Amino acid sequence: MNTLFDKIWDAHVVSLIEDGPTQLYIDRLYCHEVTSPQAFDGLRARGIRCLRPQQIFCMPDHNTPTHDQDKPIEDPVSKAQVDALERNAAEFGLTHYGMLSPDNGIIHVVGPEKGLSLPGMTIVCGDSHTSTHGAMGAVAFGIGTSEVEMVLASQCILQQKPKSMSIRIEGELGTGVTAKDVALYLMSKISTSGATGYFVEYRGSTVRSLSMEGRLTLCNLSIEMGARGGFVAPDEKTFAYLKGRQYAPKGADWDKAVAYWKTLRSGEDAVFDRELVFDAADIAPMITYGTNPGMGMPVDGTIPADAAPKAMAYMGLTPGQPLLGHPVDYVFLGACTNGRIEDFRAFASLVRGRRKAAGVTAWLVPGSWAVKRQIEEEGLDKILAEAGFEVRQPGCSACLAMNDDKIPAGKYCVSTSNRNFEGRQGPGSRTLLASPLTAAAAAVTGAVTDPRTLL
Amino acid sequence: MKQKFDIIQSSCVPLPLENVDTDQIIPARFLKATTRDEKFFGDNLFRDWRYRPDGSRNEQFVLNDPRYGGCILVAGKNFGSGSSREHAAWAIAGYGFRVVISSFFADIHKNNELNNFVLPVVVSEAFLAELFASIAADPNMQVRVDVPNQTVTNLATGRSERFEINAYKKYCLVNALDDIDYLLQQKDKIEQYEQKRAQ
Repeated sequence: MNTLFDKIWDAHVVSLIEDGPTQLYIDRLYCHEVTSPQAFDGLRARGIRCLRPQQIFCMPDHNTPTHDQDKPIEDPVSKAQVDALERNAAEFGLTHYGMLSPDNGIIHVVGPEKGLSLPGMTIVCGDSHTSTHGAMGAVAFGIGTSEVEMVLASQCILQQKPKSMSIRIEGELGTGVTAKDVALYLMSKISTSGATGYFVEYRGSTVRSLSMEGRLTLCNLSIEMGARGGFVAPDEKTFAYLKGRQYAPKGADWDKAVAYWKTLRSGEDAVFDRELVFDAADIAPMITYGTNPGMGMPVDGTIPADAAPKAMAYMGLTPGQPLLGHPVDYVFLGACTNGRIEDFRAFASLVRGRRKAAGVTAWLVPGSWAVKRQIEEEGLDKILAEAGFEVRQPGCSACLAMNDDKIPAGKYCVSTSNRNFEGRQGPGSRTLLASPLTAAAAAVTGAVTDPRTLL
Repeated sequence: MKQKFDIIQSSCVPLPLENVDTDQIIPARFLKATTRDEKFFGDNLFRDWRYRPDGSRNEQFVLNDPRYGGCILVAGKNFGSGSSREHAAWAIAGYGFRVVISSFFADIHKNNELNNFVLPVVVSEAFLAELFASIAADPNMQVRVDVPNQTVTNLATGRSERFEINAYKKYCLVNALDDIDYLLQQKDKIEQYEQKRAQ
């Protein structure tokens, strides 16, 4: 009771169905090309329009190639899906940032950077990583395509109210430990279903001290603990991040908005359904060894003796084995998890003055054109080029094998993405999830390496 | 597909694995379809477990085992974790399953099943363990799912449990109505809410 989650949720209740779900009002709907076409078909079949088209923003990201975006997409099936989103947005009068738009990028990177995702909002998208937007102090969660159709049609969704969980992390993170490591650590402790049924508020001094980019990474991975979403109460960092962004309020509206946003915090007397506390000092740079994101350990650790045999067989690894020194074939920096400017700064800081290892293929993919432009403004592209790395064009890339960037069968990839499921990065691919720093360390050494030894 | 639910009695297909994620239920490369063709998705259900990389059938996988069949899938806990892709529910429905029994479902996938008239039935760990044992002992054993009375029964042992479903969703399943039908009738309430908030 009296949690920030309660406040935002309750402020969006349109009606309560007796012994049923809540009719919840949605401030912002994002649509990408993969989970929306059948929803638009549904509107056409029912002969209806969108109720509030100005609150809906569309952009392709999953299928977009990360090179030569000015040329037609080679895969005809991917092209058809990207084209369908453009047609649907035009037909239903929705804002669309197409592949050639300077505003395009991964939907969960673009929403915050354009000021579309604001504190106190309810935000949904047909994508489980919608939890990312929780970093702005919003209640944001992933939904299915039928639910996308509900929001297109009525700007509402029917949902059971989840329970609330507080995850409090206190203390200072050690050198080389990032928000990604915090999230991988949490999953390794509570498993991929530990927060199922809950909405998480991340609290404590460690969370407060994270940058907005770090908070976006942490909230992004909420779903990997099973949580529907996770958020951080807005504070001065949030306001500073949002001020002046395209869709953020301006002038007197800004002052009014900030005054309201300052009220968005859990009460002193807030009661959560579950409270967990962690110590930042216990968190090391992390890496996963198995086939779900909860199968993680400190990068200098050994694989647990009881690791699932099916996962070990798939990964070609053995319980009790360390991962340090294990050869790496691919490195992927990017995705809605780690495709922001701070991630590129971290990667560049480690590879600066070093060279990419000869046997490694590295894909560095900014989360949006805005991130790519900033990489160039800050000269990071030059540092990366001198070290043998090329910055590609934005998109979801090697996170999920829906575009050209796929990891071949049997190959090991140290990846800053969010999932290491069987086949996630391509059939037979073997994913080791880690932070941008750990990815950079692997990229310059050709093996799993503790980034702290290179800082 | 919208269909009415009453009593379903069937043999089961066992999948005694935990944390089955939606990338396994339907791999991402099959998400490029722009239509809701359930046959296409059903044909590719558990694609990379059902078929080997060379395209041949993996005879070890349960969907290729002729001893098992029926419209009830029985899976280990935390079924449907990961990606929100509703294509996973379309694949399960398209294959012909009408009920999935597990001790625990991931949230988004559970909603996706319900929105596609596939019923997720949550049972206790003990019920699930006994059910897997019953299926192993006799692949033809049957399970009875009584939606109006919210009970699930292992007919081999007679063990029965009540399962939870809220009254609204039960009404939708029994009468083959979906949430959009309901929401479209709520336009006045939505506009009242927007006006109240603007003040």
